[in-house]
Amino acid sequence: MRSGAAVELIALTKSYGRSVAVNRIDLRIPAGSYCCFLGPSGCGKTSTLRMIAGHEEVSDGDVLIGDTVVNDVPPAKRGTAMMFQSYALFPHLDCVENVAFSLKMRGVPKAQRRERARAMLETVHMGAYAGRLPSQLSGGQQQRVALARALITEPGVLLLDEPLSALDPFLRDRMREELKRLQTDLGITFIHVTHSQSEAMALADLVVVMNEGRIEQAAAPRDLYNAPRTAFVARFIGGHNVLTHDGLGPVALRTDRIALTDAAAPPPDGVFHVEGTVNAFEYHGSSVQLSLAVPGADEFTVVMDEARFFAAPLGVGARVRAAWRDGDVHRLQA
Amino acid sequence: MSATALPPTGTTARAARGGVRRRRLRIAPYLQAAPLVLTLLVFLVVPIVTIAVVSFWDYDAVRVIPDFVLTNYEELLGSAVTWKTYLNTLRYAALAWAITLPVGFAVAYFLAFHVRTVTWQMVLFLVCTVPFWTSNIIRMISWIPFLGRNGLLNRALIDLGVVDHPLEFLLFSDFSVVLAFVHLYTLFMVVPIFNAMMRIDRALIEAARDAGANGQQILWNVILPLTKPGIAIGSIFVVTLVMGDFITVRLMSGGQSASVGLMIANEISLLHYPAAAANAVVLLVLVMMMVVAMLRIVDIRKEL
Repeated sequence: MRSGAAVELIALTKSYGRSVAVNRIDLRIPAGSYCCFLGPSGCGKTSTLRMIAGHEEVSDGDVLIGDTVVNDVPPAKRGTAMMFQSYALFPHLDCVENVAFSLKMRGVPKAQRRERARAMLETVHMGAYAGRLPSQLSGGQQQRVALARALITEPGVLLLDEPLSALDPFLRDRMREELKRLQTDLGITFIHVTHSQSEAMALADLVVVMNEGRIEQAAAPRDLYNAPRTAFVARFIGGHNVLTHDGLGPVALRTDRIALTDAAAPPPDGVFHVEGTVNAFEYHGSSVQLSLAVPGADEFTVVMDEARFFAAPLGVGARVRAAWRDGDVHRLQA
Repeated sequence: MSATALPPTGTTARAARGGVRRRRLRIAPYLQAAPLVLTLLVFLVVPIVTIAVVSFWDYDAVRVIPDFVLTNYEELLGSAVTWKTYLNTLRYAALAWAITLPVGFAVAYFLAFHVRTVTWQMVLFLVCTVPFWTSNIIRMISWIPFLGRNGLLNRALIDLGVVDHPLEFLLFSDFSVVLAFVHLYTLFMVVPIFNAMMRIDRALIEAARDAGANGQQILWNVILPLTKPGIAIGSIFVVTLVMGDFITVRLMSGGQSASVGLMIANEISLLHYPAAAANAVVLLVLVMMMVVAMLRIVDIRKEL
């Protein structure tokens, strides 16, 4: 199987009339990596993916796959394959014929293409369903067939447009694992569009957070979580409070690094602290999430270990002091 | 539909509860189905049964005699004119179908895949239906001044020096009959094909392109198979309409060609009702066989 190809975007722009969907983005995705485009709907992540795939014309800038500018290369000649959000399986063809479709287009003889399609269906554990029509398959099975259809062209880059969004949560987690395993086994570049930060964190080597047509931050998941660059990133990936600190400007504070004490007790030395009222309380199993009303922040969330919380439980309306160390805040770009 | 006519399940289990309730439960579904049954009975079953019955009656120059004779069928099927007329009608149907199908497919394809905005799709679609705002006969007759010996087309051709004497085949010929059929019935092909094409998920086209298919391959491997039910429905419309037509053939052939419908119309005008009825039964059976054959080839249930 062919190895992965690097993808590079240079000042890539997509505009529809006056509105700009993708605004001069630069990005380098190393060969063989798992890259997730993360952002809210309308942030330009799907447009970017479709420009890489060749299903959307590039308004300005360049898309490079390997060392080649592919702006005007048709999709099938780019060495990419796309897996569509709704899978887009051909409803009139059975699984084998769906998977063999691209081989048929290239004029591969029937017996040969059917054999290769069957082998590909085996790798995604769909060999037993080879003769079924897409309408006779569940969502998860359809997805496997779509995956097999995309992989049969031996692409250097696999493009996935919200591949897990149509699945139920249990199946989503299983498919997530399988995607990661497949990517590791094949060694090809995966570019995966999602609006779920947990999906991006779990899968990606490189997370690209997008907002309003621009890249807010492109980093490894751990770097992203520990050092969000902007307030948008900190809010979107979750687990952070965005505050304005005296002398520091906007900062991100991890919700799991905050200690709560009684408001009446004197504040400990060498810590930042703020007084507030408990607004809401959610039990999450291993942890407990509290929303506080504090001066100077619209939202303030504290995540506590479950056992520690229930050792001295707090009710809604309780006055508390939230305290954190200097090292737990991360300065954000204003 | 038929399910509503069945008594609800569990009636027997509840039967012990009392006669009144039980009877009401039984009658309700029949009452619900009654309007449709009555409509079909009065407008479909009764007329067809009447025609079938009358086809076995006898007749003479002035009256129709209730009887059971096979002479109507014997005379009909024993006559070479009948066979020639049926063959001619089938030929018209085949020609009309062979032309309306590619034309209808092309129009539908253009509307569905080349017109980008829904507004324009609707505008152009309405433009297609404009001819239907007048009657069939008006639309046919309007061809006559255009195609006639001294008509617009011939005069233009002569003035341009393309021909030196008028083209005779343009009007009152098989050409003009088929032309009128195509004009009248292409829309019946466009509508179901357009409808089928509009249901094709556009992501399928992209998926095909992603798999390396060119325009022609997409048309052949994706659009055509997914449009088949629409093609079948349009074909049924066109074929049945042409098979049953008499006015187009009469007007556009100038009385020089015959169709089964025209033959039946002539028999009626001579008050030979039983002969006309027998002819109608034979035509009905033939058309039904053609429709069944088409449904055998394509499963249209998805489209309904």
